[in-house]
Amino acid sequence: MGFFTDTSVCIGCKACEVACKEWNEVPSTGLDLLGQSFDNTGGLGADSWRHVAFVEQRVPVADEVATVDLGMPSVGMPEQPAGDGDTAVRWLMSSDVCKHCTHAACLDVCPTGSLFRTEFGTVVVQEDICNGCGYCVPACPYGVIERRETDGRAFKCTLCYDRLGDGLEPACAKACPTDSIQFGELDELRDRADRRLAAVRGEGATGARLYGRDPGDGVGGAGAFFLLLDEPEVYGLPPDPVVTTRDLPAMWKHAAAAAVSVAAGIALAFTRRRR
Amino acid sequence: MSENRSYYGRPVLKEPAWRVPDVPGYLFLGGLAGASAGAAALCDLTGRAGLCRTYRAVAAGAAVSSVGALIHDLGRPARFLYMLRVFKPTSPLSVGSWILAPFGGLATAAAAAEFAGRARWARPAGIGAGVLGPAMCTYTAVLLADTAVPAWHSAYRELPFVFAGSALTSAAGAGLLCGGRAEHEPARRMGWLGAGIELVASGLLERAHGLAGEPYRTGRARRLLRAATGLTIAGAGLSAAGRRSRVATGLAGAAYLAAGLCTRFGVFDAGIRSTRDPKYVVTPQRDRLTQTT
Ligand code: SF4
Ligand code: SF4
Repeated sequence: MGFFTDTSVCIGCKACEVACKEWNEVPSTGLDLLGQSFDNTGGLGADSWRHVAFVEQRVPVADEVATVDLGMPSVGMPEQPAGDGDTAVRWLMSSDVCKHCTHAACLDVCPTGSLFRTEFGTVVVQEDICNGCGYCVPACPYGVIERRETDGRAFKCTLCYDRLGDGLEPACAKACPTDSIQFGELDELRDRADRRLAAVRGEGATGARLYGRDPGDGVGGAGAFFLLLDEPEVYGLPPDPVVTTRDLPAMWKHAAAAAVSVAAGIALAFTRRRR
Repeated sequence: MSENRSYYGRPVLKEPAWRVPDVPGYLFLGGLAGASAGAAALCDLTGRAGLCRTYRAVAAGAAVSSVGALIHDLGRPARFLYMLRVFKPTSPLSVGSWILAPFGGLATAAAAAEFAGRARWARPAGIGAGVLGPAMCTYTAVLLADTAVPAWHSAYRELPFVFAGSALTSAAGAGLLCGGRAEHEPARRMGWLGAGIELVASGLLERAHGLAGEPYRTGRARRLLRAATGLTIAGAGLSAAGRRSRVATGLAGAAYLAAGLCTRFGVFDAGIRSTRDPKYVVTPQRDRLTQTT
């Protein structure tokens, strides 16, 4: 099971952030005004399991998707036709979350077995087993999981493991007023995403793309994938993440060769004839 | 599209939660302990009783302190034993814990037996620790490389050899500093071999990997790695001069040990810095994508 987040219909209401905090009793991060558009959360972390990104871009007027005239009475200057060099502001909003990777680096490197794969295919931390070693933190290629300083253990989105067990959808998906966050079987979500991408592209959003949809990508496909309207890095996402443990066999081989060189160095130094 | 697009310049990755000096200190002590245990075992087998005693003490002391540093760094130190709850080959920290636990036990047992005057008991434990020793020196390189941290992951081929060479020079340093004068020769040779490995490997580390390697070539990491190189060369030279001078031998030992610390702190610092600027994450991945399409 997973998420498909269609950012083209996200309105930036942050209902998902609030619903997640409420349901999962995630502590407050305090009042932190970042001065980065309407985003005062900043990014995912131990105390932010959903994060709505607000991207403000200057784009040529022609690129702006046509607005619908609601026929409202207005005041101010009369409308002027757009000139060639004119720009407009485009808003991109996207609710980010743990990707619940098919090949999850956090889970691979966890030495205690605290991170595990659930029967729903999601990745969850067992709080009573985590010893706060912090290894999962730099292992995640998306910068999702984090150690909570006041507590010492690692925390992240559980895809509402408790709600799934009761046959409910995750709190964020439930709260999303525009169905930007959709929950369901991954295969079905992928079909839905393909259709939606074709429709959005057909309406002229040429920058639209799916992110994390491909089961052949560096993480084996994300359990939470997205329809984005621009390059992933614009939203703070890595363009081509790869699970770190893919290179682990090669790493061990090099470490073994290096260990042999240590042994050989000691042997050479100590077995030469004594003077 | 323009280079280096990002979300308000915010990092893509989370900075490792590992603390300084705990974790770089742990890397240094693990290497020192591992190579010292190997040296102790060979001293024992080649009849160098005095130096054997020194190395057993160093191996045990460094092993115990490295465990201390590791425990201190845990968010939940009381749960240290959870490290041994499972054995996970996909987790270098799990594999490392399973190396560290028997190694630490055997090295401590060997030193305890030695100082209790039970040489017969010390030998098997000491050989056991000596066999695990080289793994202690290099598994920590995999620990760092098996992350998404650009500077560490991209250097997974060089890092084990940097740590291997550095562990040999550190152990040589301890031998020169604490060992008896009559038995300095093998420590001297070990230092030269280690210095050779480290200088070649860290030279490669600093030159390779394009943008992902930049953090090794700039800022504090660069200064620390330069210092490590200088100290290693100084140690190698002084130890040669030390054949005639006690002071030079002592200085050589200190230089080698300081070099080991600088290497670990430098590598650690470069990794941390490569998580702070999104360009180290985004640009190599973007280049990979444009190459494949
Ligand atoms: S996004 Fe990060 S935290 Fe989430 S499953 Fe993947 S590796 Fe783990
Ligand atoms: S901090 Fe906890 S969840 Fe993360 S790797 Fe360590 S034990 Fe596992």
